[in-house]
Amino acid sequence: MPAEPHPAAPYAMRDPSLHAPALTPGYKTSLLRSPRNALISVKHGLTEVSAPVFVASELGPKDDDLILNFAHGGLPIGERIVMHGFVRDSFGRPVRNALVEVWQANASGRYRHPKDSYIGALDPNFGGCGRMLTDADGHYRFRTIKPGPYPWRNRINEWRPAHIHYAINGNGWAQRLVTQLYFEGDPLIPSCPILRTVPTEAQIRGLIALQDKGNFVELDARCYRFDIVLRGQRQTWFEGR
Amino acid sequence: MSQQPTAPLQLDETASQTGGPFVHIGLAPEQAGFKIFENNFGNVMVDAATPGQRIVLEGTVYDGSGTAMRDVLIEIWQADAQGHYAHPADPAPSTWRGWGRTGADFATGRYRFETIKPGRVPGSDGQLQAPHIAMILFARGINLGLHTRVYFGDEAAANAEDTVLSGIEWQARRSTLVAEREERRGDVVYRFDIHVQGPTPIEETVFFDV
Repeated sequence: MPAEPHPAAPYAMRDPSLHAPALTPGYKTSLLRSPRNALISVKHGLTEVSAPVFVASELGPKDDDLILNFAHGGLPIGERIVMHGFVRDSFGRPVRNALVEVWQANASGRYRHPKDSYIGALDPNFGGCGRMLTDADGHYRFRTIKPGPYPWRNRINEWRPAHIHYAINGNGWAQRLVTQLYFEGDPLIPSCPILRTVPTEAQIRGLIALQDKGNFVELDARCYRFDIVLRGQRQTWFEGR
Repeated sequence: MSQQPTAPLQLDETASQTGGPFVHIGLAPEQAGFKIFENNFGNVMVDAATPGQRIVLEGTVYDGSGTAMRDVLIEIWQADAQGHYAHPADPAPSTWRGWGRTGADFATGRYRFETIKPGRVPGSDGQLQAPHIAMILFARGINLGLHTRVYFGDEAAANAEDTVLSGIEWQARRSTLVAEREERRGDVVYRFDIHVQGPTPIEETVFFDV
């Protein structure tokens, strides 16, 4: 494994070919929400290589348990699953103490949100959000209910595949990443306009969690594995001029 | 045929995806209307003990039609009043976090942070930058979080020598990053409106490839 870089070293440049462009007409909302000008590139200073540091004492004991963190006298309905994986940087190092925040619809495909008007029922025992810190190996884990697919207004009969939203805060502002996880085998994956904004098949595969049979919990829950790669901090070999 | 290496030299960054319309559930659940966490991250970054000039940073984010984006989620990151970040990369790390998060108000579209004015911090070349706040926007329709910076209208001299600001080729676009100072009922308010798209190329807020 490569040596640890200096904490103020710059991060590897973002490779734009790995991400959706801002303007993706198949996902209609992007039309009026995409800048027309090119992004201006910034050489990294302290602002970009630093980021908020979170500590375990800020999180509650059930923050990583979506099965129990909104249970009011009963359990949420749906398939019980454990999600886990490693957060690494692009040089293969574990990203330790990363804040991983997740949110999702319930088993009916309904979000606990005032702007969600889908007919799918709310579950009185399911909130749909959780958060955790990665450990010394960059590993995270949480327990939840598998989200349901739901229709949305893009074209008239468009359906989102089941997905969980992720927001990851690493060690540097340049690493901030928000994404979505999908589930292996979901037949809605190939036609999803939001997933289709991602430019390559390899990058789309990177957003699909694989069933992790070896980590099923006996008589309780299935398990999915989803690894995340954030940009890595460079070695500063050539600092002296 | 090109030779494929047996192992990648570098792993590809995971693809970004939109935060979607319900981003508040995950990042600001109280705004989504329910209580789930004991400790919530929010837009009030100061308490009575925080040293520095209290400021309010507020504004509205507009789409390409001039409509307020009332579902946008905004995070900011800044140094303390002495110009130090609460992070080990800083030679003298601050004990003040300097980070905040908020959604725009669902009714008005206005966002608001209560914070302090940051000090000057060194840039990539070690030269002091003008006081600034890093900002990132997430929303439905935004595939990759949009990075921008907030500078201060009453720091004309520092702004003039800031290498990031002066690195923006179109001088007229630099003003999109400068928040103007107002005083309102004793509060110092910096207004920072954001145009995610247009209305003209000059008026569109500058976003950065960070």
